Amino acid sequence: MNSVTRIQSRTAVLADENIDTDRIIPARYLTTTTRDGLGKNCFNDWRYLKDGSDNPDFPLNRPEAKGCSILVAGRNFGCGSSREHAPWALLDYGIQAVISSEIADIFRNNALKNGLVAIVLDTNPHRWLLDHPGADVTIDVKAQTITTPGHAEIHFELEPFARHCLLEGVDQMGFLLQHLDAIKTYEQRQREAA
Amino acid sequence: MTARTLFEKVWDAHVVAPETADTPAVLYIDLHLIHEVTSPQAFTELRARKLQLRRPDLTLATLDHAIPTLHPRPNGERPYATPQAKHQVTRLEANCEMFGVELLGWNSASRGIVHVIGPELGVTQPGKTIVCGDSHTSTHGAFGALAFGIGTTEVGHVMATQCLLQRKPRTFAITVDGKLAPGVSAKDLILYVISKIGVNGGTGHVFEYRGSAIEALSMEERMTVCNMSIEAGARAGMVAPDEKTFTWLKDRPRSPRGADWDAAVARWTALRTDPGAKFDREAHFDAADVRPTITYGTNPGMAIPLDAPVPAARSAAEARALKYMQLTAGKPLAGTPIDIVFIGSCTNSRLPDLRAAARVLAGRKVAKGVRMLVVPGSEQVRVQAEAEGLDKVFTDAGAEWRLSGCSMCIAMNGDMAPPGKLVVSTSNRNFEGRQGKGARTVLASPVTAAACAVAGSITDSRPYLAEEAVA
Repeated sequence: MNSVTRIQSRTAVLADENIDTDRIIPARYLTTTTRDGLGKNCFNDWRYLKDGSDNPDFPLNRPEAKGCSILVAGRNFGCGSSREHAPWALLDYGIQAVISSEIADIFRNNALKNGLVAIVLDTNPHRWLLDHPGADVTIDVKAQTITTPGHAEIHFELEPFARHCLLEGVDQMGFLLQHLDAIKTYEQRQREAA
Repeated sequence: MTARTLFEKVWDAHVVAPETADTPAVLYIDLHLIHEVTSPQAFTELRARKLQLRRPDLTLATLDHAIPTLHPRPNGERPYATPQAKHQVTRLEANCEMFGVELLGWNSASRGIVHVIGPELGVTQPGKTIVCGDSHTSTHGAFGALAFGIGTTEVGHVMATQCLLQRKPRTFAITVDGKLAPGVSAKDLILYVISKIGVNGGTGHVFEYRGSAIEALSMEERMTVCNMSIEAGARAGMVAPDEKTFTWLKDRPRSPRGADWDAAVARWTALRTDPGAKFDREAHFDAADVRPTITYGTNPGMAIPLDAPVPAARSAAEARALKYMQLTAGKPLAGTPIDIVFIGSCTNSRLPDLRAAARVLAGRKVAKGVRMLVVPGSEQVRVQAEAEGLDKVFTDAGAEWRLSGCSMCIAMNGDMAPPGKLVVSTSNRNFEGRQGKGARTVLASPVTAAACAVAGSITDSRPYLAEEAVA
């Protein structure tokens, strides 16, 4: 994983609550055997009209949302399935951070393991961001702050290990493999107990 | 020793390295279930890193998500929806071969939906940690296992190390006392619970379902309840194992035998929340308050009693949901014409679910213009159902009887509802587009779904069940 320290972008907003993983990437696009190229189907059924053209009512299709890499979403973003295709699709689409007042557990885990910064904010700053699409936002992963010009810094919580992995680009598989001796000891203990 | 919850006992027994302020716990996994859709990228990762799959003996693979449920063509070819779906299956076959993983594939009589076959084989056992790249892994918690869904990166972690990095979740006791009324099922109960605590009510928590109403449920019903824990945001849901659990597991193909069985039961019997153990959160419900329940919106928390009016939207998202569902607030859903009925999925595709649906359908016909699909949860369920003649009941009524698989629950195998069609489904998710782009889903119990098929509209199953009782 590449290290992620700072993201600066205007925000795009999807204000709906409970945007589920089926909306982020419909199941019929999960028959892939790679992680790549899912961006074109990100939010597929919301984003395109029947004839395949862009749906003008989809907020991310608006001209001002183009190129935004920070997504502010309504409460409980990413609920539903465990498909890691959801963060893969968002990253491939160009989203580098998702901010909500609540993010579903499995989605948040999957996102952070791929360098998609998933940030949970208190209701008030979240509300402000929902109400101000296009806000110029800087996310500082190390300081755990969100800043917008002319406003007080917002602090966010981030699980310390996930933060460390983002900042240092830590390979979690490598970290786990360092525990092989402890794993073998555990297995030995289980065999003896049985 | 301090009093501990069931969850804490299972968690503590699997900690390889404890969590610290800076690092999550290293948690040992006893059983890793894999399927064709969320595993290929993990196998690719293993190959790229030149790693072995550490414990093939604790890994079990099957085909369920993207596979056709239609019989093979006369030339033996499987009617895959797309070449990609076929490629996924070929890849899983090759990966399992290469890494020494047992695959319950096309030629196995034990193939089926991953959450149906685990318990059926007896590999799902109390006290185990069980993971799968599928959020409905929570199903296995019905046996007192700690079971949860993981992403593909974590699938790779378990393949390589048999462990996961995990922060300890909080605990949430869902206590249901009292008795469910006749004609009210476990599905109605869990939809009711989700509607009360919300689709995000369990985020960060593991549920323990307890109370007299939970104890009274059969193992299959407990599986239905635990299955939908994730629909309330909880990654796992558990029920303490009891005599019912042990009786259900005894003599399953891969259950312990002889002295090992006795030792296992002794161990499993201790897997109960100690008196005085504290949960982080608690909620209490009375089973008598649960009526036949259906969903009206686009998440499983938007559920109401079948005869109740559709509630007014409380947010823009709910307004969008009503528009998508083409429903008007204030009017009941009952009586709304339907297009398709789907009985299946890891929520409600086990033998008792099919028997219940067949009781409603026996001697009756699926209404004109309604398509009904019945998809057993596993090949074993299919064979047993056929031995009981349930397939005949379904096909005589005009329903389609299929091979086992996830089918129209996730609609990635070609079993899909056309745009705008209204589907009454025994599955677990009514998300926009879940059963096909633009398709509208009403989640319901097997008896409700069967009654709707006969009536051709949303209807209460109880009159149908009552008539059967008289006859």
